[in-house]
Amino acid sequence: MPLTLPRRGLFALEILFWIALAASFFVFPDRLYLLTQILIAALFAVSLDIALGYAGILTLGHAVFFGMGAYAAGLLAKAGWAEPLTGLALAFVLCGLVAYALSVMIVRAGELTQLMVTIAVGAIVVEIANQATPITGGSDGLQGISMWPVLGAFDFDLWGKTAFVYTFVVVLALFIVVRRMLQSPYGLALKGIHGNRKRMYALGSPVEGRLRFAYAASAAIAGVAGALLAQTTEFVGLDTLSIDRSAAVLIILVLGGTGRLYGGIVGAIVYMVVHDFFADLSPEFWMFWLGLFLMAIVMIGSGGILGGLSRLVRSERS
Amino acid sequence: MTRMTKLMAATAALLTLGAGAAMADTVKVGLVGEMSGPFAVFGEQFKGGVEAFQAINGTEAGGKTVEVIIKDVGGPNPDVAKRLAQELVVRDKVDILTGFGFTPNAAAVAPIATEAKVPMVIMNAAAGGLTGASDYMVRVSFSLPTVVPPMAQWLVDNGYEKAYVIVGDYRPGHDTEAAFLEAFPKAGGEVVGNVRTPLMTVDFAPYMQKIKDAKPDAIFAFVNAGDVMAGLMKAYREKGLEEAGIKLVGTGDITFEPSMPAVGDAADGVVTSYPYSMEHPSELNKEFVKAFREAAGSDAMPSIMAVGGYDAMAVIYAALEKTGGDTDGTALVDAMKGMEWESPRGPISIDPETRDIVQNIYLRKVENVGDHYGNVEFETFEPAK
Repeated sequence: MPLTLPRRGLFALEILFWIALAASFFVFPDRLYLLTQILIAALFAVSLDIALGYAGILTLGHAVFFGMGAYAAGLLAKAGWAEPLTGLALAFVLCGLVAYALSVMIVRAGELTQLMVTIAVGAIVVEIANQATPITGGSDGLQGISMWPVLGAFDFDLWGKTAFVYTFVVVLALFIVVRRMLQSPYGLALKGIHGNRKRMYALGSPVEGRLRFAYAASAAIAGVAGALLAQTTEFVGLDTLSIDRSAAVLIILVLGGTGRLYGGIVGAIVYMVVHDFFADLSPEFWMFWLGLFLMAIVMIGSGGILGGLSRLVRSERS
Repeated sequence: MTRMTKLMAATAALLTLGAGAAMADTVKVGLVGEMSGPFAVFGEQFKGGVEAFQAINGTEAGGKTVEVIIKDVGGPNPDVAKRLAQELVVRDKVDILTGFGFTPNAAAVAPIATEAKVPMVIMNAAAGGLTGASDYMVRVSFSLPTVVPPMAQWLVDNGYEKAYVIVGDYRPGHDTEAAFLEAFPKAGGEVVGNVRTPLMTVDFAPYMQKIKDAKPDAIFAFVNAGDVMAGLMKAYREKGLEEAGIKLVGTGDITFEPSMPAVGDAADGVVTSYPYSMEHPSELNKEFVKAFREAAGSDAMPSIMAVGGYDAMAVIYAALEKTGGDTDGTALVDAMKGMEWESPRGPISIDPETRDIVQNIYLRKVENVGDHYGNVEFETFEPAK
């Protein structure tokens, strides 16, 4: 018999979760960089969840927007305007617009075609960035970025304190927006399209417009995640665009559970902590252990970690 | 910490205790290397080089025990490299950073070295001018553009006046191409064509056919080691370019030691220029190869990367001796500037201005040296200054 949780309890649990995340600042003061990168990966995975988990758009090229955001923020800083928040805004707008334009191709395609198109776009963008050496630095990466202090007061320090707090605040703010968006009627419509597209057409729902907006929103947030990485590491490499990164974020999301809002965050925490643990334990053979771990998780059942949990604990509403 | 370094540290500690001396302090060296994934050979070479050095010279320098902490960056992942370096500095409190196979990884870590005032000794990353990224960066590998001019000179001196250039299509390839396009005409030759190939392509047949049709005297090649270079050699043979009188030359990357067993006799006679060959005829190199094989396996082939690992430790040890065990970053970097020592590759030094390495470049020819094909050095180019 699964445990039942009152609705209010679920909300309290959410608050507690974010407080625990914030508290990690004091609990692990010498792991702030790992924590920052976990938060960035979490935001990236949440952005993918909008497209994949809610709208049902299959993509293996989401790193295109992550990397585009990273390069946008990095190039803006190199061009002489190294104010962090402007960089985030630029990444958000640019990635959103580019994705909205691309979405014409993507929302009309079938699932396999979507995979193909997103992979192809990814390959093209990586090659463009590789060839445009004078602008992007090619395979040597974009070097010499130096960010101004956040809000003009907080310098990015060696311990990563500013980086963590800055990232935490941005990720939390965007998460609240995403949460609001997905729990609104619009979010319900997305779930409806994912569940039964034809029926949504029959209901008169503007299916394509909604999907295009979802894809653009998803890309804009992925761009911000990339921009955060560029600003906190003060470096952008071709790897930010790579298909490896697209695949890794997909693994993170599936591990945590798709279409569950918190899946990306839980997945990022588990994946990166386990990854770091095994890599420390055995710098040469950690991939084997990580692979074994992922297989074990998949064996437990569908829906990832949150899917497993939801079979144990239920909220009142569902 | 790997078992090996643990063991070494423990042995060293026991020895000090046995001698009745007070337990020596430890100097921690953080190695950020490519230990897993498709570039794991980088990590193997670094680690083998470090272990070979410590096997020959012990684990003490400047009265302190040197402990190496190895972290895996898995490939060109600058964000991971930066995080690892950061954690090594703030959590493990390392005194020196080293490793770095890829330029982006080294470039991303440079600001940390500057901010934390921690010396950063580059074992491999080969982009020109890299050491300008931080005042605390010292390089013991080489930079590609310095390897090219001797090769260009040799070609012209030996009557190969028309050359075709083939390079991997990424930044180091572009740098090498630019260096050759400048050096070859200066030496009196003519470049009749050039092509950039996708980084991981192993099918060189169409390129070789095209080059054969252009009828150059020689091909100057720079491609990735491993399968890629093997593919190049195979296509060169199969398309009969050697019979057509077209000589294959390049940087030492196309005759990278660890990949030579896979290429076999297809590489016979290829001429390359590079700072290190496993066949370098010196006592120290013999000792190094032996120690490397004891650390990394009896058929392991040390390359310039392994020597980079060895020399990184050499310069760290020498700097510690000079400062008397003082681990202040600025003092260590100052000690490294202008340092000269004997490496398995030959005599080398650190330029006091650029903190980059100054070394001989050797011209080598692939020959059967008994149980394997090796790069036999036949001409030495001393550094310009």
